[in-house]
Formats: sequence, structure tokens, C-alpha cells
Amino acid sequence: MQDFSFITAWIDNSLRSLMPGWLAVTTECLLVGVGLLLVYALLALFYIYYERKLCAAFQCRLGPNRVGPMGLCQSFADMFKMLIKEIIHLNHIDRFLFALAPYLVIIASMLAFAVLPWGNGLQIINFNIGIFFLIAVSSIGVLGILLAGWSSNNKFTLIGSLRSGAQMVSYELSIGLSVITMVCLAGTMSVEGIVAEQADLWFIFKGHIPAIIAFVIYMIAGTAETNRGPFDLPEAESELTAGYHTEYSGMHFGFFYLAEYLNLFIVSGVAALLFFGGWMPLHFPGWDGFNAIMDYIPGVVWFILKAFALSFVIIWFKWTFPRLRIDQLLTLEWKYLLPINLFNLVLMVIVIITNFHF
Amino acid sequence: MITTAIFGIENNGLLGITALLTGVALVALALWIAKLISPSSFNPQKGEAYECGIPTRGESMSQFKVGYYLFAILFLMFDVETVFLFPWAVRMRELGVDGLLCIAVFFGILVLGLVYAWRKGALEWK
Repeated sequence: MQDFSFITAWIDNSLRSLMPGWLAVTTECLLVGVGLLLVYALLALFYIYYERKLCAAFQCRLGPNRVGPMGLCQSFADMFKMLIKEIIHLNHIDRFLFALAPYLVIIASMLAFAVLPWGNGLQIINFNIGIFFLIAVSSIGVLGILLAGWSSNNKFTLIGSLRSGAQMVSYELSIGLSVITMVCLAGTMSVEGIVAEQADLWFIFKGHIPAIIAFVIYMIAGTAETNRGPFDLPEAESELTAGYHTEYSGMHFGFFYLAEYLNLFIVSGVAALLFFGGWMPLHFPGWDGFNAIMDYIPGVVWFILKAFALSFVIIWFKWTFPRLRIDQLLTLEWKYLLPINLFNLVLMVIVIITNFHF
Repeated sequence: MITTAIFGIENNGLLGITALLTGVALVALALWIAKLISPSSFNPQKGEAYECGIPTRGESMSQFKVGYYLFAILFLMFDVETVFLFPWAVRMRELGVDGLLCIAVFFGILVLGLVYAWRKGALEWK
């Protein structure tokens, strides 16, 4: 297992030899902030390209292929275009809430993003209630969306935001319950601990049937949580123009766009953490040679590849299933996923008590 | 060997505040750059709501369907109950049979609540 803490420890030591302790900590916090900002922005740009290319592949198109080699610079051009668009000042809006909404959306995704385990020694916020903290902060995003829709003073945005609120709030239950199911198996809520528990075998193999059910429910709920795929009715373009961000222009709109793609990454990152071991390489108990070979691949690569593969599945959903109606959406959550999830929790408890897991 | 504290900073609150401020900085910085380089021109039509061209009739920040409200209340109930399940889930193995019996009663009440809401028709979208 590669350990990245030697790099950070080296930086820490050299900073402490140059300046007093408090200044060193401040500089390190600044470094963490700049690093977060860079990774956040670059990942969003990559995801825009990734999704457009995949959508094109699913529809037998080419996708972006003119700007740069294979269209790789397309999302940079998009971002620049968004920056030079005019930010229109509207007349009848609630100005304070209208300006506040993008902050809430971005803060929610940034805090959740900082909890993800990127590698050994590469996790930023490491609370002992990590996964609970992640659920808590990611639900701040709903507030931002509701505020955006309400303050815009437009009927499209109001309906879009209410739909989004009802949907995200309902599916949060399923996410919470599948996380509880996995926390039962892990016996800890800290992200570090969950990763460490999977050192011999990933949870999806360890918890077999209940873990697989929890994984499927988590993926469905996660897709709904990011307002994507078959659950994109908050921004159903044929009925609501663009949903809750109709009135936002230029870079203001860009923040919602950014947060949406980052939420896709966060949902797949958490799925990778809970079911596929976070940055932990693929290990099987007893296969020492195999495990040693897998350890040569760095944890960062494992985590990113898992997250990208799971995002691929979520993007795939979008082009496979037709959009649901709101009553179907709520029925799916409250009458199917929630009872199955409660039953699955009991099943997991039985599996743990009878020691039937690997 | 698993090490996670980045830069050896043990104070997670500090790192959390750093992440929060990074989020604020991202929005503020990008908006500032956008304000600097984007054009702006005045036209009274631009300030109107995005609709089909004629001014909106009536109040837009109006009453909305009560169904959303019902689901919000149901969510509140179940979410608070999930919060109570978390501490038990962490200590499940240590609490043993006693904890299991207690949580079974709690879980039964939770399921009864869902059944009640279902039978009352609160889960129908009308």
C-alpha cells in the first residue's frame, strides 16, 4: 500500500523549520484549500467532457471532437464562455436569497467532497462520524435548490424546486438506510475505519446478499439525489424550461452546473467507499501473491477508477430509462425502496448475528 | 498501515472550516472574475421573468400543492428515526441481545408508522 503521508509530512517538517507553528498550520490549511479548489474544478471539467462523450456513444454520435485533440479542451472552452456571459440583474427577485443559493449548493458539495478518502494519507476531513457528517452536509444542497427556486419569482422555478425538494428529501431516507446497513457491517462511522475494515475483502463481497441489495438501492437513490437520469423531473426541459435555475444567467448558472457534476462524483465516490473499499486495492483473504500485486497500484488510482466506473453506470441509467412522473417517483421510494430497505437492514442484522458474512 | 491525518493536522474542525471557506472562495472568486470580464448593457426587458414573452399574471411566490408538505413531514419523522438508528448500528455487536430487543421495539414502531401512513393514503400523490 503506497502511503502519501510521507509527502505531506515532508512539507509539514520543512514548513515548521521555516516558520512558527501557527503560521505553518495556516499555510497548510491554505494549501489544502487550493488543492481542494483545483481538484474540484478540474474534476467538474473532466466530468462535463466524460458525460458528453458517453452520451454521444450511447446515441451513436461522436460528441465533442473539434476543440483540442478528441475535444478534450471543450469543457475549458465551455467554462470560459460561461465566465464571459452577462449576469443579468432581474427586477422582481428576492436579491439576498437569490445570491445566497449558489453559495449553499457549492458549500454542500465542497464539504462532502472533502470527506472522500482519496488515498492513504490523502483524506482531508476525518471525523469519527465521517459518513454521518457526509450525509448531513450533502443535504444542505436541498436548501440551496429550494431557495433558488423560491427567490427567482418565476412559476417554472418554483415548481422545479419543490419537485426537487420532495425528491431529494424522499430519496435521502433510502441513502441513509443503506448507509446504516453498511455501518452495521463495518461497526464504525469514520471513513478511515470503513476503509480499514475492507482491507481483507470489500464489503460488497463480505456482506454478500444484503450488501448487494443495499448497493442497488443506494445507486437508485443516488441517481435521484443528483437529479439525474430517469429522475430529472425537477429540470424536465419540455415542461419547466430548466427547472430551479431558469432565472440564473452566466456564471451564476455555472455554479449549479458545477455542483451537479460534482454531486455525481460524490455519490459514486461514497458508493465506492461503502461497497468497493474506497482507495483499498482488491484483496482476497488467503491470496497473498494476488494481494501483493494489487498493492502496486496506488490507492488514488483505485479510488478514481471506482468512482468513474460507478458514474458510468449512473450516466448509463439516463439513456436507458424514460423519465418518471412525480407520483411514480414517490411511489417507487415510499412503497418499494423504503420497505425493502427496512427489510434489508433486518436481513443484515441476521447475517451479522449468525456470523454468516465472510 | 493506514494513516489519514493530512499534514498531521488532528483538528478536523479546522479542516472543515477550510473546506467551507474554500467553497465560499470558489463562488466569490468566480463571480468576481465574471463581473470583471463579462459585458453588461441595460435593457428594461432583461429584468423580466423568463416566460413566454408577456408579463407573468398573478403572484409567482404563491401557495403550492399541499402534497409536497405531507411528504416533507413524513420525511422528517423517518429521518429523525434514522438518526436514532445510527448509534445503535455502530455499537451493534457490543450491545448484543439487549440492544437488539430495544431496537426491535423501536423498529416495530417505525414500521407501524409507515403502515399507518400507507393505510391513511398519505403516500398517494393526488
